[in-house]
Amino acid sequence: MSAGARVEDAIRAANASGRPALVAYLTAGFPAPARFADDLRTLARAADVVEIGVPFSDPMADGVTIQRASRAALEQGTTPTSILDALEAMDPRPAAPLVLMSYLNPLLALGVGTLAQRAVRAGIDAVIVPDLPLDEAAPLAEPLARRGVGLVQLATPVTPPERLARLCAASRGFVYAVTVTGTTGGRAAIAPGTLAYLERVRAAARVPVCAGFGIRSAQQMQALAGHVDGVIVGSAIVECLERGEDPAALLEELRAGTEDRR
Amino acid sequence: MTAHPFDRPGDAGTLLADLLAGRLPDARGRFGPFGGRFVPEILVPALERLERGAREALADAEFVAQLGREARDWIGRPTPLTPARRLGEAWGAEVWLKREDLAHTGAHKINNALGQALLARRLGARRIVAETGAGQHGVASAAAAARVGLPCTVYMGAVDVQRQAPNVDRMRRLGAEVVPVRSADATLRAAIDEALRAWVADPEHTFYLLGSAVGPHPYPWLVREFQRVIGREARAQVLEAAGALPDAVVACVGGGSNAIGLFWDFIADEDVELVGIEAGGSGAPGASHAASIACGTPGVLHGAQSLLLQDEHGQVVETESISAGLDYPGVGPEHALLARLGRARYETATDGEALEAFAECCRLEGIIPALETAHAFAGARRLATTRPGARIVIGCSGRGDKDLPSLAARREAP
Ligand SMILES: Cc1ncc(COP(=O)(O)O)c(C=O)c1O
Repeated sequence: MSAGARVEDAIRAANASGRPALVAYLTAGFPAPARFADDLRTLARAADVVEIGVPFSDPMADGVTIQRASRAALEQGTTPTSILDALEAMDPRPAAPLVLMSYLNPLLALGVGTLAQRAVRAGIDAVIVPDLPLDEAAPLAEPLARRGVGLVQLATPVTPPERLARLCAASRGFVYAVTVTGTTGGRAAIAPGTLAYLERVRAAARVPVCAGFGIRSAQQMQALAGHVDGVIVGSAIVECLERGEDPAALLEELRAGTEDRR
Repeated sequence: MTAHPFDRPGDAGTLLADLLAGRLPDARGRFGPFGGRFVPEILVPALERLERGAREALADAEFVAQLGREARDWIGRPTPLTPARRLGEAWGAEVWLKREDLAHTGAHKINNALGQALLARRLGARRIVAETGAGQHGVASAAAAARVGLPCTVYMGAVDVQRQAPNVDRMRRLGAEVVPVRSADATLRAAIDEALRAWVADPEHTFYLLGSAVGPHPYPWLVREFQRVIGREARAQVLEAAGALPDAVVACVGGGSNAIGLFWDFIADEDVELVGIEAGGSGAPGASHAASIACGTPGVLHGAQSLLLQDEHGQVVETESISAGLDYPGVGPEHALLARLGRARYETATDGEALEAFAECCRLEGIIPALETAHAFAGARRLATTRPGARIVIGCSGRGDKDLPSLAARREAP
């Protein structure tokens, strides 16, 4: 099986039933480490893929919501090791394939070899590293690929065509198409030009394309459906968990925005 | 040192030769194992444009001439090399001060701010964003932005807004918007995080005027090129005034811009000892500090691999120093390389040692240095005790007016 294949399959399966896949993000250890496994199981039932965020002290690509969640999770002692331990101990296992999202430095501290080994045991099928551009990715991508774990590349609206082609070719699991110039958690409507950009990414990619950053409404979902293979919802879920609400209800509402398209 | 997947081994002799031949940073922005470009994908095209634009500008005689004119007419370069006779007598050494405190806006930061602001205008940027710790880079950026006619926003940790209040007022009077940053430790590192986020939000039209020799490639190289004027002048001045090279050159190291600027033209002079002084904090056992080279390990922060103060899980730890400009958990990649090659030596000075050196410099030389700069004086004084009679050039990186309110508050505190 090629690296990241389970994630790719889960996205394609959602597409086969006529809708974009839902990729749900949570910051591990937020609101509380003790809730992590339960929250993860809930999200894994409601979404097609779950992205688990490793909190970092300096999340430079993140807006205020994930900054706040990361800080709270760190203050409660969350580490890459504690996350992997929790994942390995989960019984029953989450119902959806898992993607680990982490800034580079915590992964370096863990050790790339250790990460590759433990990711497999923890059921992680792909890894996203927001501060590791394609040009620097090989020392992480290769050991991960040897264990069947994919490294997801990010595309952005300002990525030049030649570079887009290279990063789409290198991406495993899916291509993460950042929809906005900005950090996570904004609340913009889908801008004019976004759909054309997403189509460009799709034309360049052989793996599925998932759109993310600032997606939180059924309207946005509706605008994107048909133009992407999946949608990543992050800050909106984190805020939902923060308020003590049920993230499954939010995901249900978002999914309803796309279901008429069948 | 533990093996590290992004750490390339390199032969020390070859690396030093490469450095001196101008081959570092290499095409990937590496200073041997350090440096590089570890940023969100959205910034990659902007960094590539910046690198191309900077290389073209620095190779363009017209741009270089314009920079030289502005450095002379607006900054007031060259800055003097002042013999510090009374300090020298007290220490039993021959002491020279490279007076960046006399540069416009009161610190070396202006050399880089002017260079980058001219570059921003040349590249068609619509606005400038900058971070600041002590406020010196913020003031320099605000002034340079005004000079080239671009709007400027400065991100500054909320803790630093308090302890460097005079500089906040100066930035605002120079027309800049100052945004206090409350995230993370609310000091320089959080300000860089926030300036990077502002850049991520508008990578096409915003120019990030980074204030130290840190960050993703091409910044460590670019900032060094704009700061090299310090060492180029100092080397010629000491040869002229003393008739010989110094035995040692000493500078304080936060991110490392004044130090790399002062050191660079002396690197080839094998007999000149290069000494960087980092902030040792209170010096109490187990207490926080900002000595990234002395105590850090390899890691990636703010776009570059370098030496970093971090915990075993790769989280950046909070630093502590009386000096806002040195209160940073990382250091420029070129210093990490110089340290590994053994070409420069890095030590620490505690808050107490810096305060003592500050008072001594005020009383004996009639110069009020910045608290950052006072760390260099403390380091030089220690060096003089082990090397009697040594000829020492100290990088007097900035003036201390900005520190007087917080020093007064300290005195009044119980
Ligand atoms: C006067 C002065 N010296 C030194 C520094 C430290 O910065 P760097 O290490 O980049 O020279 C600062 C930073 O704010 C400063 O204001």
